[in-house]
Amino acid sequence: MGRSPSPGESAGAKVSDINSARPAGRRLWTNRLASAAMLGAVLLAMIPVGLILSYIFAKGMAAMSWEFLSEPTPFSFRRAEGGFLNGLIGTGIMVGLATLVSVPLGILAAIYLQEYGRGLLANLIRFFSDVMTGVPSVFVGLFVYTAFVLPFGFGAVMGAAALAIIMLPIVVRTTEEMLKLVPLELQHGSFALGASKFQTIIRVVLPSALPGITTGVLLAVARAAGETAPLILTALGSLTITTKLIGEPISALPLLIFDGARNPFAAGQERAWAGALELLALVLIFTLLARIVASRSKISS
Amino acid sequence: MQSEARTLGDVAAGVAPAAIENRTGIGRRADSLFGLLTLVSGSLVLIVLGFMVVSTTNTALPIFSSEGLSFVTSSNWNPADGNYGILAFIYGTLVTSIIALVIAIPVSLGIALYVVEAAPRWVRGPITYAVDLLAAVPSVVYGLWGVFVLLPLFLQPAAALLSEYLGFIPLFAGPPSGLSYFGAGVVLAIMVIPIISSLSREVIRTVPDADRYAAYALGATRWEMIRGAVIPRSRAGIVGAVMLGLGRALGETIAVALLVGSATRIDPSVVRPGYSMAAVIANQFQEASGDHIRALVGVGVVLFAITILVNMAARLMVWRMVER
Repeated sequence: MGRSPSPGESAGAKVSDINSARPAGRRLWTNRLASAAMLGAVLLAMIPVGLILSYIFAKGMAAMSWEFLSEPTPFSFRRAEGGFLNGLIGTGIMVGLATLVSVPLGILAAIYLQEYGRGLLANLIRFFSDVMTGVPSVFVGLFVYTAFVLPFGFGAVMGAAALAIIMLPIVVRTTEEMLKLVPLELQHGSFALGASKFQTIIRVVLPSALPGITTGVLLAVARAAGETAPLILTALGSLTITTKLIGEPISALPLLIFDGARNPFAAGQERAWAGALELLALVLIFTLLARIVASRSKISS
Repeated sequence: MQSEARTLGDVAAGVAPAAIENRTGIGRRADSLFGLLTLVSGSLVLIVLGFMVVSTTNTALPIFSSEGLSFVTSSNWNPADGNYGILAFIYGTLVTSIIALVIAIPVSLGIALYVVEAAPRWVRGPITYAVDLLAAVPSVVYGLWGVFVLLPLFLQPAAALLSEYLGFIPLFAGPPSGLSYFGAGVVLAIMVIPIISSLSREVIRTVPDADRYAAYALGATRWEMIRGAVIPRSRAGIVGAVMLGLGRALGETIAVALLVGSATRIDPSVVRPGYSMAAVIANQFQEASGDHIRALVGVGVVLFAITILVNMAARLMVWRMVER
């Protein structure tokens, strides 16, 4: 190796050069070891995947019943009855409200970044919405607590505000990525026909980016539905069904699972497993829908 | 709506008449109004972020001023006596995150390299899908599973083994507990593996094939090709991915709250119970009032400062990488 062949060398020497260039001995074994380590890492990671899915499914199904889905939580963790309907309703209300607020704002912000924003301000917004996706969700909860819960009390709107703040940067960044993919020719065509920028964005750019935006929104919804920490500080939790938006604590599926996991009573723990199955199913449905929409959009483009 | 944009012809049919009507007056005004609306929405990200800092810092200010620097340098946390030193929580947050990274970095890189460089085509999809599935699992589900499945199955025995064989090192001194820095770190590792591996995968994929062929043409084995061509090219991006995983681990709340053992002191041994910043907020908030709540908000402010620094560093690194 490393020796450049000179014209004077015999054919035999060349053959041995080629042979020595083949990986042999230590190099070969290092390569095999590295390949085995890579495969080992994959297999190692598959252990938790299998353990989580199988346990949630088995333990969740064992505790799952129509009663669990249709009844609110009993007032004692010892009692083996009731379910998490209060949490399901709370999660639905808060995630729904958060989506209503964060999606239009997020899309508008993304349009600003892609179509209008130039220079420092746009770069700042882009950078800090990236940074904001990394803000611990418990801190978002603390913020909503200090800014809104202290003056107005716990409630669905407060929980929704925290979830909306968590969803906003996700929607902004995924929407911007999707808007980037819209072919410039489409916009030029629209301008050539005399359309204004507003008309072009609303009737040309947005519709063609719609599948991608939907994917981002679904992923943000899945993320918000699973959030626990910010809701402890804003929705607080409740054992009864409430649909009041403000002034009354409200429950959520993750809050009830957290309570069940923290308590030593078997009945409460079983409900937590059923709740985990219910929550995981919801989150996976949204994630799956996001994938389906995403793959559809690839086919059409 | 979607059908409108299918072809340029459809676009023309949909837009043209309206466009001609609106070319002056109303159209212009709608244009600038809409531009303004998007500007306001975009600025909202910055406004909310600023408001978050001001509002929480303001609430925690009385504690910051009464405790002074000892808020972050003392590990005496005793709300009943009005002592608020959070060093033990800072320590716990850092230690659990480091344990998570020590486990997650080699595993994530192994997965990323295997999927991009070594895997047969037909297993790439399923592996990616399964690892991404880990990212979709909510943290409270990790917590529940960690406490009732992983704790008896792996964390307890592993902690016992560590202290039995390595107990002479203070880092692993017993009596061992599965509910510990170590237990929380292992579950955190499982949670950040999908983040680090999916980002590293994207980064490794950007290495041009020409570099790979060049290495192979020089007679390199696959591993030599990875070390010589792939890793140097993607190092900055991988570091960024690790930092983003670190950011997630630092701020993770519920799983850690259930697994870290809830001891409000610094223990030099990782197989002993401890606490983390996010976990103490989640666990003590519901029973807290008055100054105790202000102190918990203060914990959040310090946590925010640490994660924001890590995240900004990570984003800058990933951005630099992508721009190149």
